Amino acid sequence: MDRATAQRGLIWPLLLLLLLPSLAPAALDGFDAPEQEARFRALSQELRCLGCQGQSIADSNADLANDMKREVRRLILEGRSDAEIRDFMVARYGDFVLFRPPVKGSTYFLWFGPFALLAVGLISWFVLARRRRAVAADVVLSAAERQRLAELLAAERKPEENP
Amino acid sequence: MKKAVVIPLVIFLALAALLAVGLNLNPTEVPSPLIGKPLPEFSAPQLHDPEQVFSSEQIKGQVSVLNVFASWCIPCRQEHPFLAALAQRGIAPIYGLSYKDQREDARAWLARFGDVYAGIAYDIEGRIGLDLGVYGVPETFIIDKHGIVRYKHVGPIDARTLNEVLIPWIERLRNEA
Repeated sequence: MDRATAQRGLIWPLLLLLLLPSLAPAALDGFDAPEQEARFRALSQELRCLGCQGQSIADSNADLANDMKREVRRLILEGRSDAEIRDFMVARYGDFVLFRPPVKGSTYFLWFGPFALLAVGLISWFVLARRRRAVAADVVLSAAERQRLAELLAAERKPEENP
Repeated sequence: MKKAVVIPLVIFLALAALLAVGLNLNPTEVPSPLIGKPLPEFSAPQLHDPEQVFSSEQIKGQVSVLNVFASWCIPCRQEHPFLAALAQRGIAPIYGLSYKDQREDARAWLARFGDVYAGIAYDIEGRIGLDLGVYGVPETFIIDKHGIVRYKHVGPIDARTLNEVLIPWIERLRNEA
């Protein structure tokens, strides 16, 4: 084995060595149990960072997002439930802090508006289509009109008969 | 006009009106759930004297203003003269919440621009700010005689906000029983 081959042979074990840290158990990040950490991640995904509106507090590193994450962490460690933590944030920042707003009086339009509009569209389309069909069926021709229609149809048919 | 023309026109106008309202809303202004509720209780060291405690109790009993500020906040500088003008009127005491700031920085800032506050709570961690639902500095709360938060302004106070919103609110609350 020449030196180059030997060196190449060494590369793979060395690269595999880099993967070792990933085999370690997931860091608890200050929590007592993995499920607490999972709850923390889920909750930070569904809370909005109000200073940086498009982002959740999990996605943001803004000062306010970090404060809110610290608070969520503290509440989880205190043993509060997910619902209690959500209520805690809503009491301070309002429903807007939730990416999934609750269904209630002021949010009915938000939740059901699109479906209502779709229903209105479908109903008016249906009504219009029916009216058009009714109009087409109801037409009654007078004798003169029937005569003219027959002439027109005959004129149309002629070129086909004598090409 | 025929119905077939009027109906789409009405729908179009309604939609245009809806979108026009939406475009003119300020998306950074989020209604505070604190309005109509008692000011959250807090106590913190005073900015000027860490030995002394500033508590939310001090704010109760008369119509008051609570202003959240920081030396690192540029719009705070912009609103400061208007806060000073409000303090000058003497219609309501202005309390301060020094938010996520170094004590020396905040005190140097006040020394430079003028201390208009009747008392300042020092909130380095932003814990009180979180309880108040602060998400952008500066923020200004108006609290009535019974300690209920009645109005919140987010962003710097300008001449218009001062004269057309804050002062009328304070006058109205002062006249309430």
